[in-house]
Amino acid sequence: MRTSQQLQRIGISGRGLVVALPYLWLMLFFVVPFLIVLKISFSDIDLAIPPYKPLLEWVGRNSLAIKVNFNNYAFLFTDSLYLRAFGNSIKVAFVSTLLCLAIGYPMAYGIARAKAATRNVLLLLVILPFWTSLLLRVYAWIGLLKANGVINNVLLSFGIIHEPLTMLYTPFAMYVGIVYSYLPFLILPLYANLEKMDWQLLEAAEDLGCRPWQAFYKITLPLSRNGILAGSMLVFIPAVGEFVIPALLGGPNALMIGRVLWDEFFSNRAWPVASAVAILLLILLVPFMMWYQSVQARETAGAR
Amino acid sequence: MNYRSSYFVLTCLGLGFAFLYIPILSMVVFSFNASKLVTVWDAAHSPTLKWYVALLHNEEILDAAWISVKVALINASGSVILGTLAGFGLARFTQFRGRFTLNAMTTAPLVMPEVITGLSLLLMFVALEQLIGWPAGRGITTMTIAHMTFSMAYVTVIVNSRLATFDTALEEAAMDLGAHPLKVFFVITLPIIFPAILSGWLLAFTLSWDDLVISSFTSGPGSSTLPMVVFSKVRLGVSPEINVLATITIAVVSTMIVGVSLWMARKARLERVVA
Repeated sequence: MRTSQQLQRIGISGRGLVVALPYLWLMLFFVVPFLIVLKISFSDIDLAIPPYKPLLEWVGRNSLAIKVNFNNYAFLFTDSLYLRAFGNSIKVAFVSTLLCLAIGYPMAYGIARAKAATRNVLLLLVILPFWTSLLLRVYAWIGLLKANGVINNVLLSFGIIHEPLTMLYTPFAMYVGIVYSYLPFLILPLYANLEKMDWQLLEAAEDLGCRPWQAFYKITLPLSRNGILAGSMLVFIPAVGEFVIPALLGGPNALMIGRVLWDEFFSNRAWPVASAVAILLLILLVPFMMWYQSVQARETAGAR
Repeated sequence: MNYRSSYFVLTCLGLGFAFLYIPILSMVVFSFNASKLVTVWDAAHSPTLKWYVALLHNEEILDAAWISVKVALINASGSVILGTLAGFGLARFTQFRGRFTLNAMTTAPLVMPEVITGLSLLLMFVALEQLIGWPAGRGITTMTIAHMTFSMAYVTVIVNSRLATFDTALEEAAMDLGAHPLKVFFVITLPIIFPAILSGWLLAFTLSWDDLVISSFTSGPGSSTLPMVVFSKVRLGVSPEINVLATITIAVVSTMIVGVSLWMARKARLERVVA
């Protein structure tokens, strides 16, 4: 293999070529775009196409001026709308994560302890909605929750209520939508973790006089810590920036940061403000992403 | 092991699955409802297929579906190539410069809020166009590049975890016997990871087919995808044709998923018999 030796002499190896393509792709289309967002978040808004002023400008013949503009960030901190949107997004994402845990943990536990054949069927049933369009599944809740929707019709026909309940376009609808859409993301990593559990530990604890819930609290719960964290992160991080669910179920008053960013961009054409929102959101989420990655690394290390 | 799930766990499972499936079933049931009110059952004229016929004559939806199919097909094939390379590299090359970065770059898109990815890619395309004149405007090309960027991350994770469960003995044996690394990859590694590549392809297709947010940012005039059309319709309320669309989607997805998992279960059994 003469050519490969020649290539190796100038520092190119077969291995390098394998990872180079995805590496360059992600650099160009994932990392560089963030730098551009950062740059535009410091630009002036302009009534032009594209709607922002350049950061670098030639003034005179030989001098290049850099105009860094902090107005967009100052604006985000003076108008209380943005801070409230950030606060509300964190609150909604946090509460939704807790609700997902409350519903998903017993389900993951039940699946992990089922017989092998049943387990595969149950797992398939969790995965199936995950493959079906998110948009369509959120849409289904409009039909269930609206004033003359399925839930109201059923409750009215049984005489449980006499007036239709207002559920659609409320915070309640938004929580239902988020928990519903993200539940499989929590169940799957948690199941993967619980599946590796040595259940004899529980039997031993019970033999030694632990009550079942005590054994659960002292053994199962601490041992599934990584699964809980990984699943919660997969719900929490995307939910903070969620756009579709608040837009469809939350009504006009559902103040979520993903929606604010969307409106700044599409309705107001304020690209620099939208970029500043994105940068702040990113700063907020990066610690959680790094936490998620370290939890994942521990999980895979444990699996080998 | 003689463990029997407690009534508490069984109740939670039952309620949880009811929660997951009642909305899906309701869409299926009401897709056969004659009434334009969608959720009020018109017992006199239902069940009916009239909304199925209406959907098949809806040019707007059909055109958008065609664009979505094209983007999803190119995206799935492209991200399988990129994702397999990255997943293989991460699993088999334990040390190389940039390993940490590559790992981070393939994990971050999984949790990154879509509005951020969408905005950053759009600004990138605009800046590139100003700089080198490519891509001229936005449309199917920019959308496909955007989809590949997040889809390949999923393929990487799937391929990487499949390779992690296989030890390198077979590959090493082939290399000891003098096979060229490329030959080892195509003759030994590729068949091993084929199920992972297949699931990766299907997942990448679905992710692209479903995506609304990133497509809205990176598409141009005349390249509205199916989710974009559905979103603009659904914003105005429920529509019987969307229920039909949902029912067809559910039917296709469940057939595919059940088919693939049966095939994989059989393959896994065969592997156990051989081993």
